[in-house]
Amino acid sequence: MSDNLIEIRDLSFAYRERLVLKGINLTARRGQVIAIMGISGGGKTTLLRLIGGALKATRGVLEVDGVDMATLDQEGLYQLRRRMGMLFQFGALFTDLSVFDNVAFPLREHTDLPEEMIRDLVLMKLNAVGLRGAADLMPSELSGGMARRVALARAIALEPRLILYDEPFAGLDPISLGVSGNLIRRLTDTLGVTSIVVTHDIQESLRMVDYVYFVSAGVIAAQGTPDELRASTEPFVHQFVHGEENGPVPFHYPAPPYADELELAT
Amino acid sequence: MNSLLDSLRGIGARVIDGIWRMGVATRFFLRTLLQSGQSFRRFHLIIREIFSAGVLSLIIILVSGLFVGMVLGLQGYETLQTYGSEEALGTLVALSLVRELGPVLAALLFASRAGSSITAEIGLMKATEQLAAMEMMAVDPIARVVAPRFWGAVISMPILAALFSAMGILGGYLVGVVLIGVDEGSFWSQMQAAVDFREDILNGVIKSLVFGVAVTAIALFEGYDAPPTAEGVSRATTRTVVTSSLAILGLDFILTAFMFRGV
Repeated sequence: MSDNLIEIRDLSFAYRERLVLKGINLTARRGQVIAIMGISGGGKTTLLRLIGGALKATRGVLEVDGVDMATLDQEGLYQLRRRMGMLFQFGALFTDLSVFDNVAFPLREHTDLPEEMIRDLVLMKLNAVGLRGAADLMPSELSGGMARRVALARAIALEPRLILYDEPFAGLDPISLGVSGNLIRRLTDTLGVTSIVVTHDIQESLRMVDYVYFVSAGVIAAQGTPDELRASTEPFVHQFVHGEENGPVPFHYPAPPYADELELAT
Repeated sequence: MNSLLDSLRGIGARVIDGIWRMGVATRFFLRTLLQSGQSFRRFHLIIREIFSAGVLSLIIILVSGLFVGMVLGLQGYETLQTYGSEEALGTLVALSLVRELGPVLAALLFASRAGSSITAEIGLMKATEQLAAMEMMAVDPIARVVAPRFWGAVISMPILAALFSAMGILGGYLVGVVLIGVDEGSFWSQMQAAVDFREDILNGVIKSLVFGVAVTAIALFEGYDAPPTAEGVSRATTRTVVTSSLAILGLDFILTAFMFRGV
């Protein structure tokens, strides 16, 4: 068994004619938390969707758990996805099912376990995210942070080897944010899974991840451990880590000269 | 010259787009049929959908049926009386309901009550990434979400149409016999003699089954194909009602032309 759960070599992806990702190289070792960061629209979520198999790479190699994604048909992809969990940005809980039934959903779909065992497993998963007491609530009764924790319990229900997180911190209050960050770290360590976190919350990420890839304009613009990135003098990383307005990423959307547009020039 | 070319291009693009969409819809429909096995193995999934599409549509179907029957009774009596054949009221009410009004009106009501809710539900499930989440859990949304809704609605439709007709006949009876005083014996016996099981009732059931398939397939496809935004879902819901109503009326004409040719 290879040490790397994910291996991406020279991967490109084009949406219609537009090249979204160019020559990406990325590896994730088993048991690591990897952050994919970058500005919005830079291709982070596309990369996550490629790893999850929702999109197919135009060029290059993408291996997950030793399986080359390009060779998979739908059946093969579904087999692989049983070893993956994904946390969507707003949880994507099934609104017609209770919290308990949401977490039980993958177990009922993919196993023939008796109902009592499913009940025990669901309560264990809910306990791991601190929401055993909320089992009977409906998703509409949960706060944003709680919904995402329930979705996390659902994502780990089948004990995956890989968990993908799409913007797990977006729109959370500081307490929920810290709780979510710690939870991701703790679950990764106790379950021995690999976590890929797409986010732009730099402070929270640098606190808990093992390695960071910066994606900008479709390429890996920078990478390194949190300490390396904090010390980095590279302009892009510096601008991103310190949240500065001026730097390689411009504040202004491309536009004609200001003076021309206001008709000041005579 | 250029504007002419542009408008020609516009028309061409619309035609190609329309054909493309029909192809996608056909593939979607075939996939739904192919992935239906699981729904029948886990029949409780279908039962749930029969409840939400069928049972929850009961009130509007039953009340509308009753009123349509009552109006038929009034109008029919007025006309038949001119020819002195008001005893044929039972026949008139029953035949118009069983052959036409039952299947068509029930299907139109079903399209606006159940069809729109199916589209909105699936569209919102897509917009809130519930379908994508299901895919990521290695569960095919067509098998788990779409197929049970399809069969639930298709099974409900003929039953609803039959109930609509039954309530309509009751409404005709209430107005014609109880209110106006048409002879009860001839009302029922003429009806019994004139309504043929194969010609009238079975053809009515076939009609409602066809309408059920059309309405549900349109509603499911529109929901599944809706852009994942508030505006996209609202447009898809409107399109479901408009398209399926037109489909019902068009199909009704074709089916009637084949079924009742006056021989």
